[in-house]
Amino acid sequence: MRLGLVIDLDVCVGCHACAVSCKQWNASGTTGPLSDYEPYGAEPSGVWFNRIRHYEVGTYPNNKTINFPMSCMHCEDADCVTVCPTGASYKRAEDGIVLVDQDKCMGCNYCSWACPYGARELDRESGTMKKCTLCVDRIYDQAIPEAERQPSCVLTCPAHARMFGDFDDPNSEVSKVVREREGYVLMPELGYNPTNHYLPPRKHKPIPTDIGGDKAGLAGKLKQFVNRMVKR
Amino acid sequence: MHPAFSVIFFTVLSGAGLGLFALIYLADLFKLGGGLPGAYVFWTGVLAIAMVGVGLLSSTFHLANPRNAWRAFSRWRTSWLSREGVLSVAFYPFALAYLGLYWLDMWPVVRHFSGAVATLLAWLTIFSTAMIYASLKTIRHWNTPLVPAAYLSLGHFSGGMILLAAAMLAGVQALPFVMLSLFQLFVAAFVKAIYYYWIDRMGVGSTINTATGFTRAQVKLLDAGHTHGTFLTQEFGYIVPRLTATALRLISMFLAFAVPLVLLYFALEYHAPVLGIVALVSVFAGLVAERWLFFAEARHVVNLYHGAQRC
Repeated sequence: MRLGLVIDLDVCVGCHACAVSCKQWNASGTTGPLSDYEPYGAEPSGVWFNRIRHYEVGTYPNNKTINFPMSCMHCEDADCVTVCPTGASYKRAEDGIVLVDQDKCMGCNYCSWACPYGARELDRESGTMKKCTLCVDRIYDQAIPEAERQPSCVLTCPAHARMFGDFDDPNSEVSKVVREREGYVLMPELGYNPTNHYLPPRKHKPIPTDIGGDKAGLAGKLKQFVNRMVKR
Repeated sequence: MHPAFSVIFFTVLSGAGLGLFALIYLADLFKLGGGLPGAYVFWTGVLAIAMVGVGLLSSTFHLANPRNAWRAFSRWRTSWLSREGVLSVAFYPFALAYLGLYWLDMWPVVRHFSGAVATLLAWLTIFSTAMIYASLKTIRHWNTPLVPAAYLSLGHFSGGMILLAAAMLAGVQALPFVMLSLFQLFVAAFVKAIYYYWIDRMGVGSTINTATGFTRAQVKLLDAGHTHGTFLTQEFGYIVPRLTATALRLISMFLAFAVPLVLLYFALEYHAPVLGIVALVSVFAGLVAERWLFFAEARHVVNLYHGAQRC
């Protein structure tokens, strides 16, 4: 098995709900707590497994805002694991999940140096490295309904932009959607072979923005005139 | 990269200590300058292993959870950090045996064997320290054979300057030691000069386009998603101003190589060991600046997710 996530950049609305629910679940999970520093102070900071960036792609008028959630990619060739001197970082043979054994980590930060995706964050309180567990303490839990045995971020996403599944199974939802929508991985040139895939935004016709240009008729000219007169 | 003082201190000090030990063994083996007096070999040897020890100890100060530091000896099959730990600890019994037998003046065969093994381990330890950085694909400024070349040559150059000062104080024939130091000075200076030239002209590696997958359009970060810094921005976000970097390069090259070059001439000309010691201080000041820059100038690809266009 090779478990991982697919993130649909076409529908992600950038609400950060996945990051919040991740924090909520994992703060009391196997690698919890996820320490916050000055949460109500002037410079709030803390440990998060999932972070959402916002990018502008293209130039006006053919530009688009892309919301970009990122967590551990659970790479096939995970350098964070090979550089770890203590053996705290490991990749599970059975499902490919990369984890940090909190009892072995000495907090040297070396794995975070080896990770190109910024997936690992040091918890200053515990002095250990923490990272996305793919909710390993949830996806195998027999006590919760089968439909809910998914990572917290996937369950919570209101736009259904996140999918979870086995990439080794060619008929799984994630494998199919990656095939159909030309899913891709980040920074393939570094050769980490990330498991998580991203689906590019679908191509839309650009919305015309030059209404009321030279070719505008009487109605268009009137609209222009009103727009000039009415102050917002 | 954030330049952590404990790591700068550790790499400069233990590199010089290991280089010094290797040179002491070789100088004694080849009876350089007629051979250093026994007490000088012994006490510079003690200084060398003390420097390595203090350096290693200071390297544990940057650990957030040093309680588990002993586990770092376990993953030597894959991790250069673990290899460095194993090799540096393996260095100790052989180095101590060499110095102990030197003090007791017995078992010359065992002594030489211990010295040779310790020297080999010293070389491998410096190489491992450098490979910790050079093995990272995420930082192109480090991912080059010039990094182990620089660590090895700078460790031997700075250690050799200590040996030279000791030789001058001992009053043995200084010329062979000066020649050795001169040779190491040029090798180290050339390697660093090539390194600076190289990292200024690396071309394009990973960009914001490959990091996001949008390779056919201009990409710009609008919002990093957090109001204040994170572990990632603190650890990797440091950017040294270009002018500061250029000035520090010149200062470090001047202090580490130009000043000792001139001082070596006068020290030899006027038989003034004090100039050798001044040169030594200058070298270490230059190396601290060099090592600070080594970290500060390195750019991690994760910066592409915090606004950088290329790394």
